[in-house]
Amino acid sequence: MQGRHIGRVPTAGLAITAAAISLAACSSSGSSTPSSSSSASSPSASTAKLSGTLNGSGSTFQLTFQQTAIQSFKSIQPGLTVNYGGGGSGKGRTDLASGVVNYAGSDSPIPAKEEANFKGKTVLYFPVVIGPITVSYNLSGLSKPLQLTAPVIADIFQGKITSWNNSAIAAVNPGVTLPSTTITVARRSDSSGTTANFSEFLVKGAPGVWTLGTSSTINWPAASRGGNGNGGVASIVKSTPGAIGYVDYADAKASGLTFASVKNSAGDYVAPSVSSATTAANNATVAPNLTFSAIWAPGAGSYPITYQSFDLVYEAQSSSQTAANLKGFIGYLLGDGQKLLPELNYAPLPANIDQMAQAQLSKIGSSATPAPSSS
Amino acid sequence: MPASALSERRPLGDRSFQVLTLAAGLLVLVILVLIAVSTSQQASSWFSTEGLKIFSRSWNPPANQFGALPFIYGTFIVSVIALVIAVPVSVGIALLLTEVVPYRWARPIVYVIDLLAVVPSVVWGLWGILVFAPWVQHIYASIGSGVNGIPVLGNLFGPPTSGASFFTAGIIVAFMITPIVTSLSREVIATVPAIDREGAYALGATRLEMIRGTVWPHSQGGVVGAVLLGLGRAMGETIAVALVIGSSPTITSHLFAPGDALAAVIANEFGEATGVFKAGLMGMGVLLFVMTIIVNVIARGVVERSARRKRGA
Repeated sequence: MQGRHIGRVPTAGLAITAAAISLAACSSSGSSTPSSSSSASSPSASTAKLSGTLNGSGSTFQLTFQQTAIQSFKSIQPGLTVNYGGGGSGKGRTDLASGVVNYAGSDSPIPAKEEANFKGKTVLYFPVVIGPITVSYNLSGLSKPLQLTAPVIADIFQGKITSWNNSAIAAVNPGVTLPSTTITVARRSDSSGTTANFSEFLVKGAPGVWTLGTSSTINWPAASRGGNGNGGVASIVKSTPGAIGYVDYADAKASGLTFASVKNSAGDYVAPSVSSATTAANNATVAPNLTFSAIWAPGAGSYPITYQSFDLVYEAQSSSQTAANLKGFIGYLLGDGQKLLPELNYAPLPANIDQMAQAQLSKIGSSATPAPSSS
Repeated sequence: MPASALSERRPLGDRSFQVLTLAAGLLVLVILVLIAVSTSQQASSWFSTEGLKIFSRSWNPPANQFGALPFIYGTFIVSVIALVIAVPVSVGIALLLTEVVPYRWARPIVYVIDLLAVVPSVVWGLWGILVFAPWVQHIYASIGSGVNGIPVLGNLFGPPTSGASFFTAGIIVAFMITPIVTSLSREVIATVPAIDREGAYALGATRLEMIRGTVWPHSQGGVVGAVLLGLGRAMGETIAVALVIGSSPTITSHLFAPGDALAAVIANEFGEATGVFKAGLMGMGVLLFVMTIIVNVIARGVVERSARRKRGA
């Protein structure tokens, strides 16, 4: 066959592709430097230079925090690249079980039916962030912010209370004239840890009243409107007069929504805030493996719809470099990273839980360098 | 058994080309089979736990009920609404382009219609939920209150109404399948021989009679095939439907009410699903896969048969 030289357009295309690939390779040069030879002696993670890549995925509740923390962590440890993919708590746990990621973000502990996927390997739980779920509403002309109790919220979201001037709502808001507007319930169309924790609050706070159970996805009444993500629910509430929905605190503040004060187990009406969330977590019962649920926590100032998110890590890592990287990054999340939280409208961990989590860091070890027996 | 003399003498280039192309064709088949087998395996716990209840009406994960009928119903309804809206419009545009519009104008119009096909599905969904649904919900509400109580219309178009509903999803999907049905129909209609058309005119037929008498009998197979291909596409549309259908697994005759569909529920719920729930989502994916394969096979069969008849005639 006579040789045909490649035409001009394919040559240009090849050249551009080659240039793009080489640019990408050059900019990620950090991951190609060899790890330092100091793996025999392991100084504290904050002074040793870490290098390599860490991959995480899971809870979208943690997503903003992870992204911000990863950015500021880069200035402390430029040699370590961390990626957090989101995708939901269920996806994070699945990815960790199949070994696709080094750590998983999950809003709840591994459920019993998933334990088999982890093949007997011990998983360590590191609580990293807390946040309130607001009950946001769109009603103008109220003389005072709304107060709501768990049974009333349950009946609203179940579709039993359909207009704002219902006697049950008026009973818990003495002195406030409520309009006769129809209530539009806004909820999640996608499955989510926010839904799971909100429904857990309704199960614990309104036991005889709430009939729809608790799960990351609920069989909502047909008249309710579904939004995609916290942002979707927030935009439904914002654009529909008479709407009420559950939105996590960060998104509610970002959209400028008004939220109700909710009655907690001690009988006080508490508004969602950074401090009332931390108070709730402070009063929660923490299990030995550091899991806890701050939902319906006891205590006077506790906001009853506070939830938490954990980072899950295998106790035994395959390489000492990965173990050191994990200790360094999660240590940052538990230490200086907590200072980033209030600005992002999350709540930092209470001091006692933070200390227990930091002490647990030393348990992350690898078969190459066994973890020290005591911290 | 000696190979035939001809294949012995075939040059190496030809033989390796044959092997390569055969491998490429087989690879596609193998991948299809692997997808079907692996998704069915993942879905096996749903099939075994639920048995025939997979076709039950109740989908309630917290209560461990995983019936897929609401989603099959939703996919079916959205596709039917999309076809009812898109097919007359698409065939009309195809006839317009081949019979009415002068050739100079036909090409730019074809170009613009093909641009509709280029818009990504997620952009349709975002436009639908942020712009179209809020605007159209008032129209639904007024129609709904107007027909409330009338026997058949009230059941179809009466309250409850919502911007995010079966009908909105149907309209958005209709926009998305119009380009493909239009361009396929146009190509089929354009193959009608000019001599047949001119013969009809010579006998004194009006344009409409000519279309009914010569164009339609000639191209009906191809147009039906194009419609079925559009149906296959409509059933599989995921993100646009997921955003505008309202995510409420109910079987209801009210077209302005929120609903849910197979592809949409998988996209929405997969992130947090575990155990039988996840197997159920994968199983619904298998159901959708089977449904779209059947529709596409029928479509190709119809198109093939009409092409063979054309050639024979």
